[in-house]
Amino acid sequence: MVEVLKRLTEARGVAGNEDEVREIILELAAQTGAEVSVDRMGNVIARKPGLKTGKKVMLAAHMDEVGFIISYITDSGMLKFHTVGGIDQRLLLSKRVRIGKKGIPGVMGVKAIHLQEKDERNKVIDQKQMVIDIGVHSKEEAQKLVELGDYACFDSNLVVFGDNKVKAKALDDRVGCAVLLELLKDTYDFDLIACFTVQEEIGSRGGEVAAWHLKPDMGIVLEGTACADIPDVPEHMHITKMGRGPAISYMDRSSIADPELFRQMVKTAREHSIPYQLKENIAGGNDAGVIHKSRSGVPTVVVSVPCRYIHSPSSMMDLNDFNNTIRLMKEFLKGCESR
Amino acid sequence: MKEFLAELLDLPGVSGYEEIIARRISDEFSKYCDEVQTDSFYNVYGIKRGTAPKDGSPAPKVMLAAHMDEIALMVRDVTEEGFLRFTNIGGVDQRILLSQEVTIHGREKLFGIISTIPPHIQEDGDSKTAVKMKDMCIDLGLPVEKVKALVRIGDLITFRSPLVSMAGSMVNGKSMDDRASVVMLVEVMKELDRLKYQAEVYATATVQEEVGTRGAIISTYRVEPDIGIAIDVTHGETPDAPRERTYAMNKGIVVAKGPNLHPGLTEKLLETAGEYGIDFQLNITSGPTGTDARSMQISRGGVPTVLVELPLRYMHTTVETLNLDHIKQGARLIALFIASLKEGWQEWLKY
Repeated sequence: MVEVLKRLTEARGVAGNEDEVREIILELAAQTGAEVSVDRMGNVIARKPGLKTGKKVMLAAHMDEVGFIISYITDSGMLKFHTVGGIDQRLLLSKRVRIGKKGIPGVMGVKAIHLQEKDERNKVIDQKQMVIDIGVHSKEEAQKLVELGDYACFDSNLVVFGDNKVKAKALDDRVGCAVLLELLKDTYDFDLIACFTVQEEIGSRGGEVAAWHLKPDMGIVLEGTACADIPDVPEHMHITKMGRGPAISYMDRSSIADPELFRQMVKTAREHSIPYQLKENIAGGNDAGVIHKSRSGVPTVVVSVPCRYIHSPSSMMDLNDFNNTIRLMKEFLKGCESR
Repeated sequence: MKEFLAELLDLPGVSGYEEIIARRISDEFSKYCDEVQTDSFYNVYGIKRGTAPKDGSPAPKVMLAAHMDEIALMVRDVTEEGFLRFTNIGGVDQRILLSQEVTIHGREKLFGIISTIPPHIQEDGDSKTAVKMKDMCIDLGLPVEKVKALVRIGDLITFRSPLVSMAGSMVNGKSMDDRASVVMLVEVMKELDRLKYQAEVYATATVQEEVGTRGAIISTYRVEPDIGIAIDVTHGETPDAPRERTYAMNKGIVVAKGPNLHPGLTEKLLETAGEYGIDFQLNITSGPTGTDARSMQISRGGVPTVLVELPLRYMHTTVETLNLDHIKQGARLIALFIASLKEGWQEWLKY
């Protein structure tokens, strides 16, 4: 399981450039016996036909991650970039990135402390002032390695550490992808359609298209959501707590959960003694925002794995939460058969 | 060469706590030296003896110095949630710290992440205010009881940033300052093995440079050299730094000029570079340099000293970037310079 997470999180898949992740998912989804296809947006659709009813349950997790796109090459061969998705500019200094299909290594540096004026280290450097250094000495050299429009993402390997924790980039939302791949191993009474979406980080653009053409009867979004249960953050702003199980959302910035699905999800967790928590603090949006409003409306609910430090190169998750999310989802889907 | 550098970057060697890296350096030196010594501060001396002059005149004792210690962090407190508060050892720009991976050297080695607050709950304008080091914390992914059992206030924290190869001969990683120069010491030894030279060479990997060149003070006193050659890094050219204080990354090593360096000896070093077509850039430095040369020059009754530097971008960060070719070029220059010290070398040291 950690192996799958490692492959998924270490793959590069900035919004609009999900190819590497898509390849891995196509391979792993096919191994579950699902019928796999890619739609016109690049979403991966993996379908397990139901044994009895013709009802369609759409599970969604997004393949894309936040990152960067190269916008200009300076005369000295430094790369200017834009961020793709929301990234706190304060965490970019002294970080490594990989650029383009070949994964050209680059760094976002900052001039040495010795060259700074006294109070410079209290001033935030605007992302527009930053460059990516790929170790070349001229524009011409840079152009041989990088093209405008190439995507860059954080360079960060998965590490298992602490008390059953993992550190990786892009846990938001490769962890959701990993949950879906696990759920695809089973067959249900209804059609299970696992949708691995693109471009969630820039406004759920893949999910919108997928929900339209899949016409689901029900939607469940699997996310890696923010978890701010760290020192100096007031308790009411923690959003989720690490290690307390999957977070079920009654509401976030993009949707209000279908009340019946929300109740059933909580009930399932309780009946099977699976740890769960309600997502506190109405923060963050996800593919549910577009799925629940698709066509004439789709009852939708969101279940998330709490992840600290999302949208950074070092996000973190508790493997117990991941496993309990899979347990909860399996029980819920089994329960759907009798309803 | 790159492999040894990569290995050195991964070893802990915080100023004042250099034992582990000193042992590895000592092992490497012993492959190329007549004798290797380590003092009680963990300065490591690789000694190579040239062929004594035929006329029985004394051969010069030449000391090379490159520091092995690194900047780092130290545990200041454990919070009630089991996170670590920390402070810095050596100059660290707090703005590079968020989201960094670190190793805590507690009762066992622990992996940690420097915490960040997700954008989802930040207030407007938060991302325009630098987070202060005192407000940051390290997440070990462990419950507080376990943290308290494994970590104590004062435990060392090093950055985790293994070497990455970039375009051409460029590399980046942590602690290139000044382990790239320690690697150069080994390259000098290899070069010397191909040359005829008279000098007795003390290639010294020094400790505690980052906290005031303390290792150089002790080791120079001990060696009592006739000539000092300090090797360190200097600032590489970047768009955000003043051009006049930085050096190109592909135009050769840097030789320093100024009161801290012996003018005659520096001239001879530059002549050697000219003679063998080794590119160099000049660093004009007006006072005591921020390198081991600062202390070597004023050891005992004075040591004529020169300074060779490697241009390095983003000094004191986890992505220090340099050109490996410069290590080779610097080593060649220094070895050729040592070989050029023949009978009458004393004349070179006069003012």
